[in-house]
Amino acid sequence: MKVKSPLEIYRYLPQTNCGECGYDTCMSFAAQIIERVVKPTDCPPLVRDAEKDEKVKKRLDELISLTSPEILEIVIGGENTVKIGGEDVLHRHELTFFNPTAFFYDVWDSLDDKEIDERCSKVVEYKKFYVGDFLTLDGIAVRCTSNNPERFKQVVKKVAGYGKPMVLISLNANCMRAALEEVAKERPLIYAATEDNWREFLQLALEFKVPVVVRSKNLDKLKSLAKTFKESGVNEIVLDPVTEPIGEGLKGTFERVIQLRRTAILGEDKDVAYPIMVTPISAWSIEADEISKAYWETVIASLFIVKYADVMIFKSLEPYSIMPTITLRYNIYTDPRTPVQVEPGLREINNPTAEDPVFLTTNFALTYYTVESDLTSGNIKGWLLVLDTEGLGVEVSVAGGQFTAGKVKDLIKDTKIEERVKHRYLVIPGLAARLQGAIEDETGWKVLVGPMDSGRIKGWLEQNWPPK
Amino acid sequence: MEKFTLEEFFQLLKKYNVEELEGVRIEGDLEIEIEPGAGVDVSTINALLALTQYINLIQEFGNFLYHANAALMYLQRLSSALGIQLQLPSTTQQIQPQQPQPVTVEAKPKIPEKLIEVKFEPYKPEYTGVIEEVTLGAKKSEGGTREVTVTIGGERSLPFYTFDAEMPHMPVIAIDIFDRKPMLAKAVREHYEDVLEDPAEWAKKAVKDFGADLVTLHLISTDPMLEDTPPSEAVKVVEEVLQAVRVPLIIGGSGNKEKDPIVLEKAAEVAEGERVMLASATLDMDWERIGNAAKDHGHVVLSWTQMDINNQKTLNRYLLKRVGIPRDSLVMDPTTAALGYGLDYAYTNMERIRISGLRGDTDLNFPMSSGTTNAWGAREAWMKESPIEEDTPWGPRELRGPIWEIVTGLTLALAGVDLFMMMHPGAVAVLKEIMNTLMGNVKETADGDAWITMEG
Ligand code: SF4
Repeated sequence: MKVKSPLEIYRYLPQTNCGECGYDTCMSFAAQIIERVVKPTDCPPLVRDAEKDEKVKKRLDELISLTSPEILEIVIGGENTVKIGGEDVLHRHELTFFNPTAFFYDVWDSLDDKEIDERCSKVVEYKKFYVGDFLTLDGIAVRCTSNNPERFKQVVKKVAGYGKPMVLISLNANCMRAALEEVAKERPLIYAATEDNWREFLQLALEFKVPVVVRSKNLDKLKSLAKTFKESGVNEIVLDPVTEPIGEGLKGTFERVIQLRRTAILGEDKDVAYPIMVTPISAWSIEADEISKAYWETVIASLFIVKYADVMIFKSLEPYSIMPTITLRYNIYTDPRTPVQVEPGLREINNPTAEDPVFLTTNFALTYYTVESDLTSGNIKGWLLVLDTEGLGVEVSVAGGQFTAGKVKDLIKDTKIEERVKHRYLVIPGLAARLQGAIEDETGWKVLVGPMDSGRIKGWLEQNWPPK
Repeated sequence: MEKFTLEEFFQLLKKYNVEELEGVRIEGDLEIEIEPGAGVDVSTINALLALTQYINLIQEFGNFLYHANAALMYLQRLSSALGIQLQLPSTTQQIQPQQPQPVTVEAKPKIPEKLIEVKFEPYKPEYTGVIEEVTLGAKKSEGGTREVTVTIGGERSLPFYTFDAEMPHMPVIAIDIFDRKPMLAKAVREHYEDVLEDPAEWAKKAVKDFGADLVTLHLISTDPMLEDTPPSEAVKVVEEVLQAVRVPLIIGGSGNKEKDPIVLEKAAEVAEGERVMLASATLDMDWERIGNAAKDHGHVVLSWTQMDINNQKTLNRYLLKRVGIPRDSLVMDPTTAALGYGLDYAYTNMERIRISGLRGDTDLNFPMSSGTTNAWGAREAWMKESPIEEDTPWGPRELRGPIWEIVTGLTLALAGVDLFMMMHPGAVAVLKEIMNTLMGNVKETADGDAWITMEG
């Protein structure tokens, strides 16, 4: 975003402080634009006036362009979509990263149909519980390895049936055209225009109105491609500086990705201010066993999830590859401005009775959701006390003094848990074991030290509940 | 000043009975300004010209140039009709009005013949600061008995940004060993099964078989909740390990706030001259005592805070100013959280610390250390299967654990960690490989195009 101060935005607003946007003043609305919480079009009077008055419309357009993200935002997909790009900063603490790296998984058209279906189903069905929700995968990349337009078309159509956003991969414009004739309305991302085939791909991008990847490891060429496409009327461009899987090639890839993003944001070079593609799948072209290749693919992916890739193509669908990358992506793209906390207090799990155990956890969202889901999905009946540790996990808050016996005592009092259960047994996290004595002294309850990980509560209860 | 849109302008032309030109289409909502009473003047022309050039740039309106030319011609006709002398600015030469021709709207988009060749000029940031260099271990000539020493720090750019500034030292990896059998994940334990009872053998294995650059010896048996080994007894293991290996040593306590300062003080004494790192001084312990032990015996001290950049600054200042630790003898541990369990906090905290250091904050420009072994606390690393029923099956944990440690380490390497404390030999090897790659030490390359057409 070009503007850095709310004042610059304020000039463009109606300045009536009418409050329709939900903020008391135009100035605070302006401040929220800077934070990218709202957009100029969230000011209703401004939009209404722009419809009536050309002058206002011009002003609104100017404001929109002044406040649009540094890196272009692109939407891939038809019915289901995924957004990429739209970033404003190089380091997440400077604001936040916005659109998580989109993960596309590989199928290829010389695979038989049954295997294609298997791989597609895996992509569609994958889910992993994390912080109160399920993490999923974004889309499917279809590679043309047959070099046969008819076959590619057929497979692309089949894959489109799964309803996920797609990347179509072939450097052969004839194959790509055949596929686009079938699925252009699904707005796939097409891969890729190179120095050799760019005229054909430019034609395809314009004709079918689909986003397109330009590809070169020479950054002068890459920028030239992007500029030529842009000036020819293609608006949705993705940059692929070529992922070389090992050695100096991989080091070069790291440099290219960083130079592109840094020059786009700090150097304000609009010709490279596009989303970046990285292809960890490149790891599969090296000589090694399957596990090594899958591991190396995960390593390449991790490197560029942290550093600026907006869209990626993967091969391995093994859980040991997906879990770390999908988790890392979540972590890196979590908004550091909003603490991940839940409301402290008392939660009833599976309709507990007065005889059921009372558990204690923290209000750090991750800890809370982990414990809550372990109890719920383990069909454990119980009362869950959520302590306000200022959003810190058990270990850190015990060490840092946000998890104290005094606070536990207050929590017991405030939640009136003593009126709900007949017993006086409190199960505390294994990582808070050292507070056992202090909590007993403060509360008069008997404290049982639970397991180190709530995933083991079920087995623990079998041994320890009801207490003897 | 009156404002017209182009459409209004052509309405005006009509009013003056200028004949309609077929096929002229107005795109957009551009404005032309006309001074009241002045009829049509140069500013109008300029507006049109600006418009023409603007449109010229955006070829989306491919044939608009023609419209603009046509409009310009209207102006000329209009002006002569109105008897106004029209002064065309010289730039108009470039867009000589042409004979009006019926406009044919091109169905096919225009594809240029040649690429627009442009140069990519990388942006170059400037950092004023430099991270301190810290050497661990001392050779004979330096009063110790180590055969190798390890130097970390010295960066002038973000980690592995060797295109900005040379990175003088690759980050190093220490393997954790313990003075008693600790609780370990199965995938880790199976690699150390034969040495768990013997710290000296354990250290040898870590260095010889698994390539550790250093060894971190944790004196956990001193914990009053465990064996409560007396300090003088516990430090015998320090001597054994120093004799067993030739690499530098890091010595940790049990985490007990009361006892650690005494244990570390004793360890500093017996390791005199070896330039070990004492792990760690914290704000809620007697940091002064630990700091003094390091200072008096020529060791390095690890300044450990709980993910808080301000506390890190405070503790560093105490150690530097109040204790008088030399600037080449301090390493920071801003706390490592596992992938999925607070790694985002750990990453951002370290990244901020490193950037502050590079920008010249002399309270924070020290090398960083990470307890990467913490990755094994993540249930994804060790639990047999997901406790969540709806989850896609997690697959074999033997393969999940090491990659969890690798990704945790790699992420923090990108935040600026200079020293990793790790456990799984596979994770150590892979993290080294990627760091060597980013340092430019791995020469071979492979084709970046092959994957596009590979079958399988
Ligand atoms: S809706 Fe618009 S005019 Fe009203 S307060 Fe918000 S920003 Fe100001």
